[in-house]
Amino acid sequence: MNLFMPSVALDPIHQFKITKWLDFSVGGIDLSFTNASGFMALGVILTIAFFGFAASKGQLVPTRLQSLAEIGYGFVADMVRGAAGEEGLKFFPFVFTLFFFIFFANMIGMVPYAFTTTSHIIVTAALALLVISIVIGYGFYKNGFKFLKLFAPSGAPFIIYFLLVPIEIISFFARPLTLSLRLFANMLAGHIMLKLFAGFTVALIAAGGAYVVIAPFAFAMGVALNALELLVAGLQAYVFAILTCVYLNDALHPAH
Amino acid sequence: MLIAFLAETAAHGAEHGAAGKPPFPPFETWHMPSQLFWLAVLFSILYLTMSRVILPKLSDTLEKRSDRIASDLDQAARLNDQATEAQQALELRIAQAKAKARETSDKARGKMDAEMAAETARVDAELEKKLAAADTRISSLRADAMKNVEQIAVDAADVIVGRFGVSASKAELKKAVTTAME
Repeated sequence: MNLFMPSVALDPIHQFKITKWLDFSVGGIDLSFTNASGFMALGVILTIAFFGFAASKGQLVPTRLQSLAEIGYGFVADMVRGAAGEEGLKFFPFVFTLFFFIFFANMIGMVPYAFTTTSHIIVTAALALLVISIVIGYGFYKNGFKFLKLFAPSGAPFIIYFLLVPIEIISFFARPLTLSLRLFANMLAGHIMLKLFAGFTVALIAAGGAYVVIAPFAFAMGVALNALELLVAGLQAYVFAILTCVYLNDALHPAH
Repeated sequence: MLIAFLAETAAHGAEHGAAGKPPFPPFETWHMPSQLFWLAVLFSILYLTMSRVILPKLSDTLEKRSDRIASDLDQAARLNDQATEAQQALELRIAQAKAKARETSDKARGKMDAEMAAETARVDAELEKKLAAADTRISSLRADAMKNVEQIAVDAADVIVGRFGVSASKAELKKAVTTAME
């Protein structure tokens, strides 16, 4: 134990700890409602409240909030259309939900003392697997075995296929891995950094003497990181959604 | 002390490991079923709410708006066409009115000219008639006068001849006067 601070305040990992709010299990499986579930629910409620309120107005001349929701709608619609074409719009509700689910989770995570749902790999991995399952499922449903053309792009010399096909297969199955790790690692590392610099500032001040002089620099760094993390929170939601669109495009048009 | 802080932080993690606790919450497994369960529930709720209720409403609003804008623009174009048409009609009517006015004034002028000509002719004719009447009167007066002059000359000649002691008949005198006058 540190002399001047409780270790909880300085431990950068503590913020990712799961605590049970409501303990319950079904058939021996622990399905407790935890702080992670709570903040996830908060994100969902905020998303529904925001868009529900904006949509319920439906005015011809939009209010500010309605306009904001409509910009979000247009933003995701353009993203889907741009990456997966007009046919991709049948996945628009899914991509929209995915984007704003992650976006709100990330943004809630930026609030001090809030839990960041997307900083747990099980969540990001589940989302990535959901995406890739839809890609594979819809790819076979729509194209049948022609979907496998995805692994053998046409136009290469025959010999090259011995090299090309394994590479394509590996790159395809690396997708859920990279998709989930990118979001998870970004949120995790970002929040550790924030906590470290904030804790460092406090520790420096508490240490007293000449350390106090350095403290403002550490604090400024924390502020700058906060801005950066805000950007990352938005950006990673966008990256996740746009990559989803790109992968869906493969399911829609496997032969490129 | 700073170094102590860093060391302490590092030690804290190690301490967790040493105590047999999972050192890193995201890699703990006990909460994974609950995370997956709540993710499935909450994501499904969000997806269904969005796809069934909110997004159709939003897209409906956007569509209505774009329809409204398109129809308003159409109407504006139509009204513009109408305005142009009306202006053309107006110009046409002005041109017609001008032409008509010119025609009317031309006609009036022609009529006036004709009337003036007729009046002039009438007055001219009247004057000529008066002139002719005057001429006849003058000539008749002159004839009368000449007749009187002849009578006077005959009388005078009778008197003059009487003085000379010669008597002459009236016929002789008249013949002589007529011969002298011619």
